[in-house]
Amino acid sequence: MNFQLSDDQVALRDGLLSLLDGRYDLDAVRSVEGQASVVERSRWAELADAGVFAILASEADGGLGLGRVEAAVALEALGAHLVPGPLVGSIIAGQRMASAASGEVLVGLHSRSAGGSLPRLLELPNDCDGYLVLPGTGEGAAPVTYVERSTLATTQVPTSLDPLTPLAQLAAPIADGEEFSSAADPVRRDALLLTAAYEVGLASFSLWRAVAYAKDRHQFNRPIGSFQAIKHLLADELARLEQARVAVAYAATITDQPEVAVIDGEVNGLSATECTWRAVASAKLLADTAALSAAKTAVQVHGGMGYTWEVPIHLAMKRARVLATTLGTSDHMAEIVAALTR
Amino acid sequence: MDLRATPAEEAFRADLRAWLATTLPTLPEKPAHTDWQARRAYDTHWQELLFAAGYAGIDWPLEAGGRGASPVEQLIFKEECERAGAPYVGLGFVGLLHAGPTINAEGNEAQRTTYLPKILSGEHVWCQGFSEPGAGSDLASLRTRAVRDGDHYVVTGSKIWTSHAEVADYCELLVRTGTEESRHKGITWLIMDMKSPGIEVRPLKTISGSTEFAELFLDDVRIPVENRVGDENDGWRVTMVTLSFERGTGFVGELLESMRLLRSLTALAKDTGAFGDPGIRRRIGQLSASFDSLWALTKRTVSEAQVTGIPGIGGTVFKLAYSEAGQRLADLSMELLGEAGLAMSPLATSGVDLNNDEWVEAWIKSFNLTIAAGTSQIQRNIVSERILGLPKEPQVTGGSK
Repeated sequence: MNFQLSDDQVALRDGLLSLLDGRYDLDAVRSVEGQASVVERSRWAELADAGVFAILASEADGGLGLGRVEAAVALEALGAHLVPGPLVGSIIAGQRMASAASGEVLVGLHSRSAGGSLPRLLELPNDCDGYLVLPGTGEGAAPVTYVERSTLATTQVPTSLDPLTPLAQLAAPIADGEEFSSAADPVRRDALLLTAAYEVGLASFSLWRAVAYAKDRHQFNRPIGSFQAIKHLLADELARLEQARVAVAYAATITDQPEVAVIDGEVNGLSATECTWRAVASAKLLADTAALSAAKTAVQVHGGMGYTWEVPIHLAMKRARVLATTLGTSDHMAEIVAALTR
Repeated sequence: MDLRATPAEEAFRADLRAWLATTLPTLPEKPAHTDWQARRAYDTHWQELLFAAGYAGIDWPLEAGGRGASPVEQLIFKEECERAGAPYVGLGFVGLLHAGPTINAEGNEAQRTTYLPKILSGEHVWCQGFSEPGAGSDLASLRTRAVRDGDHYVVTGSKIWTSHAEVADYCELLVRTGTEESRHKGITWLIMDMKSPGIEVRPLKTISGSTEFAELFLDDVRIPVENRVGDENDGWRVTMVTLSFERGTGFVGELLESMRLLRSLTALAKDTGAFGDPGIRRRIGQLSASFDSLWALTKRTVSEAQVTGIPGIGGTVFKLAYSEAGQRLADLSMELLGEAGLAMSPLATSGVDLNNDEWVEAWIKSFNLTIAAGTSQIQRNIVSERILGLPKEPQVTGGSK
């Protein structure tokens, strides 16, 4: 057992972070705020050149042939830079669609959950070329299908909560398209897991910004970070972040190493699949919490400045709100985990 | 990252599982909670069985009487023991989880061969003499004085929160060898024989009614200089090693126990119908996710310790998060028990034990989770200063009352 990143995984992370520092600095990310389209294709192509969207594709298909651990490492780095766009959908699609792996085609995710009378929205409607449509929770063993964006009737939502996640309202629920995967469960798990990894990156963005501000900002002739009232808030966020990060690492590892899920499942009276589901739902639950809570604390630590548009914490807060909503809420995740606690 | 078991680890697990299956039925009935001599006998008997079977000190070196295996096998051991319902480390915890690992890491050859095998075999029970009435969170202000007299230290002072002092053979003792103002630069870590003249033990009754803790009064107690672990006045560094074991892996048994309790609590909730309440289900799901992540965090800490030998600062994050999750579990159990949670004696319905006494005791003890081994406020200071790099509060000097 070795629960540390391998040298290759560290190199992958550091390489990507260095690319992101250069090409996705905060000014670049913020330059598209509030626009109908937030993905600059040339920058997307650079991510593709770095292998981001081919990370899970097999080497036989021209991909990197890596696992969820590496994909999670990449998504945490992307989240820590607030990189916008359909990252998770394109990585999952990249396993089977060469055009997604190469970055030519941008693939979003859409979960057809029952919303009752509430309107259904489509994320990134002017950036995505197509969507992987996950069946709703009540639909049983329905497949995941791929639907071209051009076939969907939508109305643009003029202003979205997250200025980096534009939205359109769907005229009708999305019907099935061409089959992408006959089994929805593994796709849904990957989507939740990779989204959780991105949220860990968001939490880290908020926390370290708040820490830097607390060291720098002086009141009462002292850095505010020397006050326990501030320090303790931040220590709690680190604890949440580390729990989420290790939960994501664990869920990613047992998804890639099913023999571990067999043994860990046995200890908990679960099948390997149930054990993996519990790990993924736990990771998503903890990552939702970490990302939302770190953003809230970071706003608080920034005081009045945290309430301004200029300070970028609200971007992490709003993205976390998006990601904690679209594939199932935290309550839904807690229900999944509870059902698998016996 | 690779969580797959090696063939050796798989074989270890299988052998252990078989051994537990044949050994556990031979154990005598558990003694009453309040009978400390009987509890010592029960816990040390279990330790003897482990030692004879080669399952004591799994990650301790062979020379110390241990198995010389990896910390990973130590984790497998704890996991399988909890799964099989084996006794917990019990009264042996100070020796096995604090003093032993510290002597192993910081002691000299003679100390390792003298003390470690007898901790592992269950022959010796240890207690902890760190805190004082005037030195709790501010441990570095401790005042128990040790004065050199030839090849002895003569020790005078008092200690508090000394677990199991009534039945202990040895005490890991922190003393002041420097000046009164020397704080962490004037502390020494000593091994004290509890049979030494001049030690008075006064049991301390806690809110659970238990006397697991005691106060120690030391009056000119003579301790040989050879019982010093580390250098004179270097005891604070040694103490940090002790505490890193305590925070890093010392609560793994408690975590696994909490995971088992959550499973039985879930069964109780299903039995009473409370599981039909989405609010209850979500709290169970939240706790389950927290405990699973803390178990994963333990694996990561152990992975790190395999490289460095001593658990890293991540243990502080574990301690902080586990303490609060443990309290949430205890709170949930009391809500689910309803009126049965108001009785400390065991209740049964239709001849089936409710185990309410265990839950109620666990709830009371949960108040201690965020106090013992460093309050959560101190843990937050450590996390924010040593991990996040936030500035210290200005030192208030001279105050230690």
